[in-house]
Amino acid sequence: MLNFSKINVIIIYLIFFFISIFSLLNLQTTDKTFLEKKVNLGLDLQGGSYLLLEINSDSLVEEKIQSKVIPLKKLLKDNGLNYQDFKIKNKNLSFKIDDISKFDLLFFSKKNNLVNPYIENYRSFELDYQKKKDNYVEVLFSKYGLLTINNAALKQSIEIVRRRIDDVGTKEPTILQRGDKRILVELPGLKDPERIKNLLGKTAQLNFRLVSENSEFGVDELISETGEILKISKRIVMSGENLIDAQPSIQNQQNEPTVSFTLDRLGAQKFGRATTDNVGKRLAIVLDGKIISAPNINEPITSGKGMISGNFTFQQATDLALLLRSGALPTPLDIVEERTVGPDLGEDSIKSGVTSLIVGFILVIIFMFYKYRVFGLVANIALIANLLMLVGVLTILEATLTLPGIAGIILTVGMAVDANVLIFERIKEELKTEKSVIHAFDTGYSKAKITVLDANITTLIAAIILFAFGSGPVKGFAITLGIGIVTTLFTAYFLARHLTSIIVLRDNNKDVKIS
Amino acid sequence: MIKNINFVSKFKKANFFSIVFFILSIIFISFKGLNYGIDFKGGTLIELRTEKTVEAYSIRNSLSTMDLGDINVKKFGKEGDFLVKVEQKNTTNNNLIPEIKEKLTNNLNSAVDFRRVENVGPKVSSELLESSVIAISLALAAMLFYIWVRFEWQFSVGSIIALFHDVVITLGIFSVLSLEINLSIIAAVLTIVGYSMNDTVVIYDRIRENLFKYTKISISDISNLSINETLSRTIITSATTLLALVSIYILGGEILRGFSFAMILGVIIGTYSSIFVASPILKFFKVSYKTLEKEEEKIVP
Repeated sequence: MLNFSKINVIIIYLIFFFISIFSLLNLQTTDKTFLEKKVNLGLDLQGGSYLLLEINSDSLVEEKIQSKVIPLKKLLKDNGLNYQDFKIKNKNLSFKIDDISKFDLLFFSKKNNLVNPYIENYRSFELDYQKKKDNYVEVLFSKYGLLTINNAALKQSIEIVRRRIDDVGTKEPTILQRGDKRILVELPGLKDPERIKNLLGKTAQLNFRLVSENSEFGVDELISETGEILKISKRIVMSGENLIDAQPSIQNQQNEPTVSFTLDRLGAQKFGRATTDNVGKRLAIVLDGKIISAPNINEPITSGKGMISGNFTFQQATDLALLLRSGALPTPLDIVEERTVGPDLGEDSIKSGVTSLIVGFILVIIFMFYKYRVFGLVANIALIANLLMLVGVLTILEATLTLPGIAGIILTVGMAVDANVLIFERIKEELKTEKSVIHAFDTGYSKAKITVLDANITTLIAAIILFAFGSGPVKGFAITLGIGIVTTLFTAYFLARHLTSIIVLRDNNKDVKIS
Repeated sequence: MIKNINFVSKFKKANFFSIVFFILSIIFISFKGLNYGIDFKGGTLIELRTEKTVEAYSIRNSLSTMDLGDINVKKFGKEGDFLVKVEQKNTTNNNLIPEIKEKLTNNLNSAVDFRRVENVGPKVSSELLESSVIAISLALAAMLFYIWVRFEWQFSVGSIIALFHDVVITLGIFSVLSLEINLSIIAAVLTIVGYSMNDTVVIYDRIRENLFKYTKISISDISNLSINETLSRTIITSATTLLALVSIYILGGEILRGFSFAMILGVIIGTYSSIFVASPILKFFKVSYKTLEKEEEKIVP
């Protein structure tokens, strides 16, 4: 085990230098070098917010099933099917029908089925129905129909979340899909997480509806910004979809912050017609079911430009404009998990983490030198090399270093010497019975090999499983621990063994002692 | 330095203590329970720093009017630093944090800085608990399998019993001291599992080697010899690992304190268990040179 061919030695040191040189990249302060790889600091170290948002598609499903009412009734009528007792329930439509088999044929027809389209991807129809007693049927979304609604809502939500966050202008946000209902948002270095949470917590569905006592579409009673109860038609004159731009502005006369908006062509037409027909009436501006304001229509607005006032502060006007620009979320988002760390706490954590790393490192080095003298030095050189390589690999992977990750490094420092301890102790034993020093070292290394491997593989198993199942901070710990084990094996079995062989072979036949 | 300590003679006493501690731990875990942090219980955690000197009870008092459920306030590190945990009954309030901040700033007459806020909903916390339990069980199963492949089943049972012993007693101590169980404690427990296994494997390796070497000696004497032969390694490695861990415990800051404490406990218990739990089990199964040979024959017919 002590003989190294020249080529082996060269390969070992090349690997070592190649990997550890990457660790130096972290020292550079400018970004303009040829390699921009760096270990990223986790949110717990640099400060920032981690949010897990969940879409709540219940209301969307209700809305979608309601939109099926008219086409379904039309389908039944056009084909001469008699139905009775048509009811819209929360998530299904219930009615009584005479000829169920004919309905079944129509309902599951693959050709030009406007009511119940066939989804090729899933080989399933969007809707399904259940037979109830007395010829009643209940139409509801199929499993894949629900999945399609959910996926579309999630994709759209991610897009809108991204627009809103980009608009606020945070640096390097991470926005990812997590599972089939959740969105993960990471915002490093964020100063005011409450503002973002506020912006993401609003669906921002904007409607313009006329204030009227009675309407053929029915009326809603909503409380206006001044506290009066207004009856508002359910008919939507125009919605936020038709907005192409919104900006905060100051209305000169009262010096009041407002939001001015620009409509697309279709929106301008709708808005123009509605304002022309209803001069003198009041138009309510409704955001997420609340009236922002309900101004009088003084004259027709045909320019496609308008203004929303509502006793805003300038910040509120800015945020409302931002929400309107980025569009409405298809469903409300719930914040199901939040972790925010202030920047000064992050700094404190780095400081204490690094201090404990250095102190632990020095203690271990002194201890090893005290126990094994020259070979303690060998183990210590291996330990330093180990750290350099560990940081090097983390840099190559551009891994994220978290506080538990630093703990993982410190633990690696403590456990890394184990491989060398195992080997040295074994050699000591061999030296008792073996006359030839070289022979003792040689058998010591080969006999300890199996134990070192067995021992490290068990820890590696723990690290891999932590990585696979752990979340956030635990993952960071698992990465450093796992990589640490691999670099430990490399440095103990190649670097330290080579250094040992140099010492032993140089002192050939002299008395080599461990400790 | 030749060590010849008679470990085997102490096995009985040690086993008695182990069993007592194990049972006590189970009693404490099942009756007193574990102090789950918000990661697993759901709720809100706020680490705050006040400008003026404030007492913990005044923070508790000013929050108690807000109908937040259980409120827990404790000092955390330096003067003026507190850790506030709130059960948070209604989870839908996205404005909770600013409301708490305003309330505290007004009531305490002092600027309040929220240094860290963690908010875990009930759904997420139960998922985290579930995935943690899965992770620990899988880690145990994977190691059991590895040891079974590398050694014989008696060894694998022995190491798993030793692991259970370590994990249960560590959690038992956490229950007695009412220390918080959170995600990083789970990471610590899994590392303890790895470390304890590591230690056990080293001794088992030597036992296996000696069983082949000295076919005539009883398993008790083989265990004793193997433990003694590997003793200096066991001590040195525990020492270096503990040096590193104690350094995190003292200097690593409040957030890593629970984690490093669990690890320190685990390393001490793990080292003890590889000698006093894992080895006696081989004796119990009457493992001998023949057990190994039979297995060898099975593999290489």
